[in-house]
Amino acid sequence: MTSSQEATNHPEKPRIATVSLAGCFGCHMSILDIDERILALAEIVDFARSPINDYKTFDGRCTVGIIEGGCCNEENVHVLEDFRKNCDVLVSLGDCAINGGIPAMRNNIPLRECLEEAYLKSPGVYNPSGTIPNDEELPLLLNRVYPCNEVVKIDHFIPGCPPPADAIFEVLSALLAGRTPAIAYGDLKYD
Amino acid sequence: MKQALATVVQEICKKYDFDKQRMMDIVLGVQGRFGCISVEAMDLIAEMVGSHRVEVESVVTFYSFLSLKPQGKVVIRLCDDIVDWMKGYDAVADAMSKALGITMGETTSDGAITLTKTPCIGMSDQAPAALVNDVVVTNLSPERAQDLIHNLRRHLDPQQLVTTVGDGNHSHPLIRSMVRNNIRRRGPVHFADFEAGQALKATLAMDPEAVIATIRASRLRGRGGAGFATGLKWELCRNTPSDRRYVLCNADEGEPGTFKDRVLLTECAAQVFEGMTIAGYAIGADTGIVYLRGEYAYLRPYLEQVLEERRANGLLGRQIQGHPSFHFDIRIQMGAGAYVCGEETALISSCEGHRGDPKNRPPFPPQCGYLDRPTIVNNVESFSAAARIMLKGAPWFEAIGSERTTGTKLLSVSGDCRKPGVYEVPFGISAREVLELAEADNPGAVLIGGPCRQMLGPDRFSGRICYDDLATGGAFIIFNRARNKLAIAERYLDFFIDESCGHCTPCRVGLQLLKNLVHKVVTGAGEPSDLAEMRRLSNIIIQTSRCGLGQAAPNPVLGALENFSALYTDLVSERSPGLLSTFDLSRAVVDAELRVGRQSKYV
Ligand SMILES: Cc1cc2nc3c(=O)[nH]c(=O)nc-3n(C[C@H](O)[C@H](O)[C@H](O)COP(=O)(O)O)c2cc1C
Ligand code: SF4
Ligand code: SF4
Ligand code: FES
Repeated sequence: MTSSQEATNHPEKPRIATVSLAGCFGCHMSILDIDERILALAEIVDFARSPINDYKTFDGRCTVGIIEGGCCNEENVHVLEDFRKNCDVLVSLGDCAINGGIPAMRNNIPLRECLEEAYLKSPGVYNPSGTIPNDEELPLLLNRVYPCNEVVKIDHFIPGCPPPADAIFEVLSALLAGRTPAIAYGDLKYD
Repeated sequence: MKQALATVVQEICKKYDFDKQRMMDIVLGVQGRFGCISVEAMDLIAEMVGSHRVEVESVVTFYSFLSLKPQGKVVIRLCDDIVDWMKGYDAVADAMSKALGITMGETTSDGAITLTKTPCIGMSDQAPAALVNDVVVTNLSPERAQDLIHNLRRHLDPQQLVTTVGDGNHSHPLIRSMVRNNIRRRGPVHFADFEAGQALKATLAMDPEAVIATIRASRLRGRGGAGFATGLKWELCRNTPSDRRYVLCNADEGEPGTFKDRVLLTECAAQVFEGMTIAGYAIGADTGIVYLRGEYAYLRPYLEQVLEERRANGLLGRQIQGHPSFHFDIRIQMGAGAYVCGEETALISSCEGHRGDPKNRPPFPPQCGYLDRPTIVNNVESFSAAARIMLKGAPWFEAIGSERTTGTKLLSVSGDCRKPGVYEVPFGISAREVLELAEADNPGAVLIGGPCRQMLGPDRFSGRICYDDLATGGAFIIFNRARNKLAIAERYLDFFIDESCGHCTPCRVGLQLLKNLVHKVVTGAGEPSDLAEMRRLSNIIIQTSRCGLGQAAPNPVLGALENFSALYTDLVSERSPGLLSTFDLSRAVVDAELRVGRQSKYV
């Protein structure tokens, strides 16, 4: 875990943005698992664009951006690039963001076969029209699922599925205090 | 057919006493008869030798010369290593593909000929070269490749491709090969006259302890690359209590650009075997094994005959030269195309009938090696030197070479020079002197010791070949100034990726990650931080890999970073604001665009 960019000083409270890309929201649940410490956190930071407060766009620069999930579609890429442009420090949170995780299990199967299996062939599918969903609103899928660090530069990685709340709290506190995070061994060891 | 298979497998297993430690010989035998080792054959072998299918299969799938699926009656393995590549591999490969109407890796539709590629086959001084089954063809050009295919198509008999024979023993009826020795410089240790039995006679007149003392006094260090003191290794082995000990000769010679052991085995086999016998006497062993790389199978019949002659002359077998209690014999164990088997513990695994996986060290082989007994593993050249030392004495040997590195070294010189071949030179010679001897053509870099070591630029040419400066197992590959050093480093990385046994994640995965980074930089997409990351990753791989393969594999890249750093730094540039040029959305959505018939709105 190396820091290439320090969290720079902002005049107001530091602002944190979070997002779930191709993830299950489990990592966000783990953020909430910091329990009452979230109150202490809210004292010293503002939450910007985040599912926690349901703000959907950036309205100014942020100190830290936290990414759950990798990129499985074009919109994920767009959002991730937006985060990179608007945040000083980006953190990949959880195995999906770091490695692609469960969604990346499709990576060895051609996209076409994945779609056909999901919408046409799989037992229990009810699809009388025999079409694969193709609404303008649906973002196009990528040929495979990409870990975030293959799309933009990521400054910190917090492993785990999901990472323990203590690890998340430690990384956030450290970044806000301007020191290098030190996650306890127990929070990095999973067996 | 089923019955026939069972009968033949039974016959082959019987030849090796149904001993599962002889698995390599058994599967090679089966492949020799059926062209592959089928699932049925593996089941039969497992049953007959009291093993399990998974064990047989783990061997069959490990070695690149072994195949589960039927291959052509004739398999052409074209060397695609760096030197061949410099000497026109692409055009030769193209000519062969065209003439056969297949691409690399395929078999002709009539099942006659398979075309595939392989790393260095030990013919770098006569590249481009290929193996046609066991037969070596050298100095290929597109025209000669075409002729070769044409002729092969007619008779499907590789031996008939040998129309001219090379120098020296290459005309021996048991070798008959077009390979050439290209011995450019004969020194006093290996290429002086050697009368079989004389060194052994001098040895048997001494106590084993005195023999070891002589080797120690000569300060001979292992010639396979690592340079461990040979006498000390023998002493450690002798001093480990055991009912049996073993002498293993490492003739795997897989380091790309190394071919001096091939020449020693062709011209000085008696001296090498005598060195092994001397070692057997010194450590108290009765069995020696030569682990001969599969690429050198064409030498085997000849080597077997040399062994046979030595048995007939009382130089092998029981009561050697009338010594009442010294019995020693040597067998040849064939390898099957796995570079890592040159690593001494992987070599032992292979001799024991397993995959060629390196083992944890310690314990080191002199403490616990082949079949868990104390074992010495030495390079071909080390045994040859030991024989000469016993003949001429330690002081004579010590007087040759440099102050701290005694004796001579065989260099395998190849690449951009007029006189590629084998040079026996005293240790302490400078790289520049070797370049001059070889009439190097405008040298811009040299790889001394093969890809395991770093590539050196002209500012290091005054360095001396010895263990304190430029250590080497023997490869000396010359690159002229026009050669693309980064491409060379990347290619060697590919070699290590292919040859990794896969046990250690840093070696198996880390090398691939390193390769991705190098590729990113070489294609102009890199940033300065990528160079730092290349160093960091290399160090992790070096520190956390189990064997010398992983520990050395990052060296080509580290060497290029260190000695030719401007080449890399010129290629990288800072990119803001943290977006990666290696990710291309338009390419990532192409499948989906085709599938749904609309364009991405973000591209
Ligand atoms: C990946 C790898 C490949 C090796 N290949 C060879 C080889 O082909 N021949 C050889 O003599 N030593 C090779 N070695 C070195 C052996 O492990 C061992 O050090 C050597 O055979 C000892 O003999 P020596 O002391 O006489 O040099 C290799 C080592 C590694 C790590
Ligand atoms: S890492 Fe685990 S918890 Fe987090 S998004 Fe992926 S699957 Fe969910
Ligand atoms: S370093 Fe590589 S070749 Fe050596 S044991 Fe580990 S994985 Fe195998
Ligand atoms: S034989 Fe091709 S590089 Fe050695």
